[in-house]
Amino acid sequence: MSEPVLALRGAALTLGGRTLWSDLDVDVAPGEFVVVLGANGSGKTSLLKAVLGQHELTAGSARFLGAPVRRGDRRIGYIPQHQRPDDGVALRGRDLVGLGVDGHRWGPGLPGARRRRVDELLDEVGARHFARVPVGAISGGELQRLRVGQALAADPRLLLCDEPLASLDLRAQRAVSDLIDRRRRDRGFGVLFVTHDVNPVLEHVDRVLYLAGGRFRAGTPDEVLRSEVLSELYSSPVDVVRTRGRVVIVGAPDESHAHDHGHSHDGHDHDGHDHDGHDHGRAR
Amino acid sequence: MQDWWSQLFDFSDYGALVVLLQNSIWAGVVLGLIGGLVGVFVMSRDLAFAVHGISELSFAGAAAALLFGVGVVEGSIAGSLVAALLIGVLGVRARDRNSITAVLMPAGLGLGILCLALYPGRASNKFGLLTGQIVAVDDPRLGSLAVIGAVVLVALLIVWRPLTFASVDSEVAAARGVPVRALSLGFMVVLGLSVAIGVQVVGALLVLSVLVTPAAAALRVSSSPLWVPVLSVVFATVSLVGGIMLALGASVPISPYVTTISFLIYLVCRIASSRRARLLRRRSARMAVEA
Repeated sequence: MSEPVLALRGAALTLGGRTLWSDLDVDVAPGEFVVVLGANGSGKTSLLKAVLGQHELTAGSARFLGAPVRRGDRRIGYIPQHQRPDDGVALRGRDLVGLGVDGHRWGPGLPGARRRRVDELLDEVGARHFARVPVGAISGGELQRLRVGQALAADPRLLLCDEPLASLDLRAQRAVSDLIDRRRRDRGFGVLFVTHDVNPVLEHVDRVLYLAGGRFRAGTPDEVLRSEVLSELYSSPVDVVRTRGRVVIVGAPDESHAHDHGHSHDGHDHDGHDHDGHDHGRAR
Repeated sequence: MQDWWSQLFDFSDYGALVVLLQNSIWAGVVLGLIGGLVGVFVMSRDLAFAVHGISELSFAGAAAALLFGVGVVEGSIAGSLVAALLIGVLGVRARDRNSITAVLMPAGLGLGILCLALYPGRASNKFGLLTGQIVAVDDPRLGSLAVIGAVVLVALLIVWRPLTFASVDSEVAAARGVPVRALSLGFMVVLGLSVAIGVQVVGALLVLSVLVTPAAAALRVSSSPLWVPVLSVVFATVSLVGGIMLALGASVPISPYVTTISFLIYLVCRIASSRRARLLRRRSARMAVEA
């Protein structure tokens, strides 16, 4: 196995007096697709923020390409959860990608200087035909496509994805996860993919990192997504059901203090997402 | 009726008036350029209400300066910057920002009114700070407005791209190492200075017509990051210079002219954009069907 792009060793993170996880060892190899699972509040997003250098580890080390992680490393791409952009913003699809190309640079920039690069990226993510549409009128799935293009602009060695499929319809989820999968194979970057539902990416996943109660299990999906493994991790009975090519996790307690009533965490639909084929993330 | 008309529009001796009041016209050009550009970020950062709050504190600063016999421009800048930084530091989240603005605004207005009430000088000076006045711009004041304008312009050009990134896509910008927080505070300083210029020309109550309306109008007809600032500057400058030109011979303040032109431009853009909105809606509907 080649040198990992990301290596966490004995990592621990305490935020607001609560230890999210500790003694965490994670490697992401070049071209490897690692999915991070766990209930709300298990520290999935905080893990990404630690890799981005926005949270400092309480213990252990996080190294990216052999050096300690630092804030604003251009070789780390980042795709956030889909949010509908505000109205009152002068931004079209291609401009969102353009921000990934030179949005961090000082000075006004010359119009036209980055056009060629943006066109290449738009082609790479198949977003040419809605490149001129204002972001407010772009669907959630299309927007996440543009986000992939935006993240690819810096030629990343590691792509961090924070619930990029949330609030997308099933078709768009598939399209976006397929796109990320193809790009990481072509370009050979590692992917650290946070999600509460493993199913849309299940066929692409090389390894699973499952966070729960400050502890974790890592391994291939078949090693981790098993009733006895998760029951042991949660210290309470959890059923992992595989049916019709899907993984459904039943009985995993929710860790967020806001709703602490241990409802069924079936890895799907519990954020109120609908899957009726319409994209409700977009205003009409 | 005839009487009102001649109060509102009087173009006798127009050529002489233009020469006499050319300082005001130049001040209008400076404010149009700055206001149009800053307005684009006011819109994308959702700061319209904050602009109003800053302008009231700017008014308080100018009124206090008038009372104590120090420079009105300096006073208005001081008031602006205090308000802008308070809103910037205390109002990181939109909800906090709105409440802190709402708290500062009446406090500033009250303070300003107190200072004006105590000020023994001419009444037109007093009103000018609130509603703008045309004779107020003498050479030294035009000079200071131009210097502040240049500072704002250079600062905006330097931070243009990262500020855009931080304004429209802050989460990814932060992940990419753009100093989102520092840019936010830096922009508040730029905004404070711009408001101070605006208070000198159109008055504290109507700064919004220069710092918000032109950009809002431009956003109705375009989404291009190049054309929106260009149109916004054109709209702001046309409103200001046009308003000042119309107001030259009149006996009422300039702000009604400026705000009316600015509003009419917005109205026209809004009507023109209804076609565009229909096209975009049709696109959305089509996507929903395809999905």
